[in-house]
Amino acid sequence: MGLADRILNNDIRAAARLMRDIDDGLESAKAELKQLYPHTGKAYIIGITGPPGAGKSTLVDQITAEYRGQGKRVGVVAIDPTSPFTGGAILGDRIRMNRHAEDEGVFIRSLATRGALGGISHSTGDVVNVMDAMGMDVVIIETVGVGQDEIDIVRMAHTTIVIMVPGLGDDIQAIKAGILEIGDIFVVNKSDRDGADRTARELSVMLEMGHSRDSGWMPKVLMTEGNRGEGIKALVTECLAHKEYLLSSGALNKFIMEKNAVILMNMLKDGLFNEAFRIVSKNGKFDKMVQEITDHSSDPYTIVENTVKGLIVTNRN
Amino acid sequence: MSSRKLRILVGKPGLDGHDRGAKVVARALRDAGFEVIYTGLHQTPEQIVAAAIQEDVDCIGLSILSGAHNTLLPRVSTVLKEKNADDIAIFCGGVIPEDDIPGLKAAGIKEVFTPGTSTEDIIKWVKENIAEK
Repeated sequence: MGLADRILNNDIRAAARLMRDIDDGLESAKAELKQLYPHTGKAYIIGITGPPGAGKSTLVDQITAEYRGQGKRVGVVAIDPTSPFTGGAILGDRIRMNRHAEDEGVFIRSLATRGALGGISHSTGDVVNVMDAMGMDVVIIETVGVGQDEIDIVRMAHTTIVIMVPGLGDDIQAIKAGILEIGDIFVVNKSDRDGADRTARELSVMLEMGHSRDSGWMPKVLMTEGNRGEGIKALVTECLAHKEYLLSSGALNKFIMEKNAVILMNMLKDGLFNEAFRIVSKNGKFDKMVQEITDHSSDPYTIVENTVKGLIVTNRN
Repeated sequence: MSSRKLRILVGKPGLDGHDRGAKVVARALRDAGFEVIYTGLHQTPEQIVAAAIQEDVDCIGLSILSGAHNTLLPRVSTVLKEKNADDIAIFCGGVIPEDDIPGLKAAGIKEVFTPGTSTEDIIKWVKENIAEK
């Protein structure tokens, strides 16, 4: 039996292995993903993002517990950075989620970014698909600790939660572009700390100023205290409200179309590049091209133009 | 297109709270280019095995300083077998008396590193015994 068949028969090891094959870029993973694809599209996907140390993992743990209390199966994809120097990584998000380790209704997978810069790994979408096909009702994606511009999560998750903590900067930070534009729900975590109310107020003002969009959804600012579980019920209730808004307003369909357009574009790009590079790498052609550019006997613009033309002609014949 | 990236779980079974050693080893393995899933303190053997399976690791590195190694380490090995996951190797480090090592190896612990082992030795062992399997 192939991995996909085993996954559809609830084989945890097969799921874990396919996720690894995806992450390692094995060609064989594609056939399995094709087979799983008809079984995807059912899970509700939540993205959690925010700066390092804001309490993302702890909130993921608490949200997971809340959904488990409702009898839902939960998948977690937790992403931590890869070292740009050694290619190694320490994936430490599970530390906060260990109480779910033996719960068969929870599957947690740690991923390293492996050079991706948008806050998640290139493999994240496919790993979420595997969890979706495993029958997870909810999949929570925890991004790496982000700064201002790592916003790939917004294309991946139905509901994006941006976690902030008190004391990170003044209200000008809150009106800059980037991460603060992507939240469907904002959370001020560590709400027992000094300045939490002020942070929440500044966020609220920023959100009201920015609410000229024709979007029918107004993001709320909620307060949580992750390590004590305060405010988690309200947060999960707000997720449900956002999910219902997506369904009732038709925004869900638009979101899925946009997401699929991006996926298709990226896969086309990768596929075309791989094919072009395969052809160009034959017989030392690539090195010759680099040499021509280096000694100025040609230029990169002409070489790429001719290569792409050549590809199209080859395919017509 | 790509080659396999080695994944290793590093954790501490049982009740002792000394995680400096585990962190040093985790960091060294990271610097050797591996992906280290660090699960932290106070883990039961069952939690460790569940995490190792979900993360699809090649091996589990356990640090233990409490003296309970003869109980906890074989238990990890047994639970791995129960879950049909005994292809995942276990190595350990900590204050473990020489006399206990043969028993641990017989119980399925592939290697035991005692105090004074350099991180280079651990990395070399992982490369030779896990990476090339």
